Amino acid sequence: MAKVPIAPDFIVERDKDKCISCQVCCRMCSNDAHVYDRERDQVDTLSGRCVGCHFCESFCPTGALTVRQNPSQIRQNANWNQQMLTWVAKQAETGGVLLTGMGCDQPFPIYWDHILLNASQVTNPSIDPLREPMELRTYIGRKPDRLELAGGSDQGKGARLKNKLEKQLVLQTPILFSAMSYGSISLNACKSLAWAASEFGTFYNTGEGGLHRDLYPYGANTIVQVASGRFGVHMEYLKAGAAIEIKIGQGAKPGIGGHLPGEKVDEEVSRTRMIPVGTDALSPAPHHDIYSIEDLRQLIYALKEATRYEKPVGVKISAVHNVAPIATGVVRAGADFVTIDGLRGGTGAAPTVIRNNVGIPIELAIAAVDSRLRQEGIRNHASVIAAGGFRTSGDIIKAIALGADAVYIGTAALVALGCHLCQRCYTGKCNWGIATQDPFLTKRLNPAIGARRLVNLLRAWSLEIKEMMGGMGINAIESLRGNREALRGVGLSDTELKILGIKPAGEAW
Amino acid sequence: MKRIVIHEEYCMGCRLCEIHCLVQHSKSKQIIKAYKGEFPKPLSRVLVEEQGYLSFALQCRHCEDAPCLEACMTGSLHRDAETGAVICHEDKCVGCWMCIMVCPLGVIARRREGKKAASKCDLCAGEKIPVCVQHCPNEAITFEER
Amino acid sequence: MVKTKYLIIGNSIAAVNAVEAIREIDRHGSLCLVSDEPYHTYSRPLISYYLGNKVEEEALSYRPDHFYDLNKVQAFLGDKVVSLNCREKQVVLEDKTYIQFEKLLLATGGSAIMPQMPGQNLAGVFTFTTLDDAQRVKKFIATHQVKKAVVIGGGLIGLKVTEALVALNIQVTIIELADRILSATFDRTASRIIERALKGIGCACLTNSTVKEIRQGEEEGRVGSVVLKDESQIECQMVIVAVGVRPRVDLAREAGISLGRGILVDEYLKTSAEDIYAAGDAVEAYDLIAKMPRPVAILPTAAKQGRIAGYNMAGGRKVYEGSIPMNSVELAGIPTISVGLTDPAMLADVDRRNSLEIIQDYRERESIYKKIVLEDNRIVGVILINKIDRAGIYTGLIKDRVDVAYFREYLLKDDFGLLSLPREYRKHMVIGQGIEI
Repeated sequence: MAKVPIAPDFIVERDKDKCISCQVCCRMCSNDAHVYDRERDQVDTLSGRCVGCHFCESFCPTGALTVRQNPSQIRQNANWNQQMLTWVAKQAETGGVLLTGMGCDQPFPIYWDHILLNASQVTNPSIDPLREPMELRTYIGRKPDRLELAGGSDQGKGARLKNKLEKQLVLQTPILFSAMSYGSISLNACKSLAWAASEFGTFYNTGEGGLHRDLYPYGANTIVQVASGRFGVHMEYLKAGAAIEIKIGQGAKPGIGGHLPGEKVDEEVSRTRMIPVGTDALSPAPHHDIYSIEDLRQLIYALKEATRYEKPVGVKISAVHNVAPIATGVVRAGADFVTIDGLRGGTGAAPTVIRNNVGIPIELAIAAVDSRLRQEGIRNHASVIAAGGFRTSGDIIKAIALGADAVYIGTAALVALGCHLCQRCYTGKCNWGIATQDPFLTKRLNPAIGARRLVNLLRAWSLEIKEMMGGMGINAIESLRGNREALRGVGLSDTELKILGIKPAGEAW
Repeated sequence: MKRIVIHEEYCMGCRLCEIHCLVQHSKSKQIIKAYKGEFPKPLSRVLVEEQGYLSFALQCRHCEDAPCLEACMTGSLHRDAETGAVICHEDKCVGCWMCIMVCPLGVIARRREGKKAASKCDLCAGEKIPVCVQHCPNEAITFEER
Repeated sequence: MVKTKYLIIGNSIAAVNAVEAIREIDRHGSLCLVSDEPYHTYSRPLISYYLGNKVEEEALSYRPDHFYDLNKVQAFLGDKVVSLNCREKQVVLEDKTYIQFEKLLLATGGSAIMPQMPGQNLAGVFTFTTLDDAQRVKKFIATHQVKKAVVIGGGLIGLKVTEALVALNIQVTIIELADRILSATFDRTASRIIERALKGIGCACLTNSTVKEIRQGEEEGRVGSVVLKDESQIECQMVIVAVGVRPRVDLAREAGISLGRGILVDEYLKTSAEDIYAAGDAVEAYDLIAKMPRPVAILPTAAKQGRIAGYNMAGGRKVYEGSIPMNSVELAGIPTISVGLTDPAMLADVDRRNSLEIIQDYRERESIYKKIVLEDNRIVGVILINKIDRAGIYTGLIKDRVDVAYFREYLLKDDFGLLSLPREYRKHMVIGQGIEI
């Protein structure tokens, strides 16, 4: 039987009238999809190599290129689509596990698009965010059970707080940059995140890659992660960050550990992660010293002792079926914050079948965790940070209303840096200079420009959140937190409404 | 004077600077016409040097002590009093290439089609910012007071 | 009696650059300029382009028309200086005008060498170094039927004049004393490439030869033929003598100023006489390649010397580091560049000759030639034929005496560029002199 060729995913159309054979596309494609033929003075495209990253289309000076889904069609089949055929063909060819990058792209319901916000009319007037103070400041950490005040007049003037407060992270906006390891992304990308977090007054997360020495100056805005591989974890690392996050799982691949293909492990990555150059960095599925909730408690307090109780220590878990009781256990184990990462969380490399089929949407997870913690009366013991596919400020404000203290953005941050979600991060050939260590490609991401774009994104979203809050008659994000009354569902079943804890649209108080 | 400053760590080697410089110095100033319809073919005055993954865009430095000004035998190379840039009057130039012989950076090109003349960066007289700087997608060249 | 702070004798490259340099420092000090040529300052190398009708007479000027007014120069054009008194600081012109100066610049240039031979005064015999020479040749060709010409001297001037004559449809024979043309500029290989190209445009090159007599033809008093030393005869209606140029030092000699072959100057371009400077083709300054004082009569050198002498006359203290011989010239349509010591075989100093290294790339069919001469891992000479782009990078390496040991292998590559050079050196170059990296 002859070899079965696999049809290309994309066709690149070139408008011959506009193409001036300037060869920018040839020079810029890391997959060598465009080739210049000197004899004919023409550029040809080998569509089979195109991954759909749109770098060439974006930079073509005459706009001569259009990247299209391969229009070649199979007979209509509701059960087997082209994607399924391609997967089977590839596995028949290689016998390997299919890898992919970024978050789940399958058409599971997106609950954000079924949740609607309120606005004030007549009885509770809206607030104008451009004319009146609006508070987005968010504190991540354990809050006291009860406030104890001392002294002061009847009206409370001059009273002092008697509680000794646990260490808090102060965010100027309820948005942080999600865990993306140095190794899966380039150092220039990490620098962009660090500079932007520092400038805006929020935090970014190191992910499992350790902390590169060039990033130590931004430690005050860094959350350092301790994952199952313990890559790059040493005393200086723990001291450098403002908080520590123990990663038990991530939304893109619940139940298994991180993947960094050897192609992306160069000198610098090797030194930062403390592993040999060129080896695959496969984190173990569990932490091999955490086999029960008591073990987790032990690790949390070991880290607290090591950093003298000066930094919040949190835990990141994937959103799975039993996320609510697991979260409760984590909070009772002493975590100062718990991060829940949903089905649509991104990744640099994960087995496709796991990314697409394991975990639950973050919308349901937030609601479940927030409700359970409140039921048990321990909601104030830890902050809840949600992650997994936030695309707009609308998604974020809904997440807070469902009960999150803050959200992590990963995919959105990379899109701000130029990512077009071609899902080929694991190859290390990212044309945008983000998910690569190839020096030819990493040059393309200028951290000054990257940081500028991320700060712009945070600013834009913060303003939008203020607008929406003002529209609801709220002037402090705290009033929105867990306020399910601000939300209504549309096109959802009774069970879904019940789990989300929201009323259907049309129903009043 | 305002000069073009090179940051070689961010140059991607895309050569969009060369393309836009060529268009700016063409007759039509339109990219498709400039590439497909003009004779003599316009020349880019910026040159991207590339070796391995190192690259940067190089153009005339408009040196304070410019050797090309001394070597020019027709007097067509002169300094613009306002911008401080070294400019070549291409009409007066006869293409003797003495300037090419002395420029230590090798940033002067030969126009060989049509009338022979030396071709070099003029800081885009008439534009607020040189077009190479305007169109660099990664800010690898900037226009600063130095 | 004219009194002036600055006086410049000369009106060509060195003089004009000196005027500009003086005016950069001293905008008001009186400045006089005397030249025995009556023309607005013009570019001497362009006279062959003018002869060949490639450039109009108006386009010959070296600086715009308002140059003298703009720089407040009182110009005495068409006046000759007949004597110079260093002690009294006075010059006398032919028309008996006296000029009293505080600082003087001798930029008298060079004059064509005319070897003595029978028939040298026949009509149709010309030298070719001034605009007047070009006008005379042009007029002669216009009034008489000139089908064939002989050019004595296969150097740069001889070859440029040949090109002009060929453009006017005149058949040219070049007579060269040495065994090859351009013996002072090129090596054997480069000379051969040009000889071949000249043959291709219909010129004959006779080497190892010299003219011993010019004979008149049918017309009384006019050139009809030349006789070579081997007694053979060549029919021609015009002879251009281009055997060389020597520094014009008569004025300096009579004034008692120290001379070698040219006017001797120190590193500030001052002569042996107080407040008297010299610059340009008349001067014998330090040759950085030959490592001794030697006249280097090329345009870039004259310009630089003019500027530095000008600055120093106006109170500055700039040092002239030395000359590097160099030439850029297109011959028979082939662009060529030569810098420094191009032919070690011509060196008299045997020890030095043996210490030199040569690396080269010769592609005969395409007439591409690249040759680099190295001394102690530093470039001292370059010849480029056809592929002359970015030649100046080599010139910079010669001038800065850069050790090329680590990147020797890149020197001859077609993509040799700044990226082949050590990072610190090139970063310094692109940022600019005097600006910190």
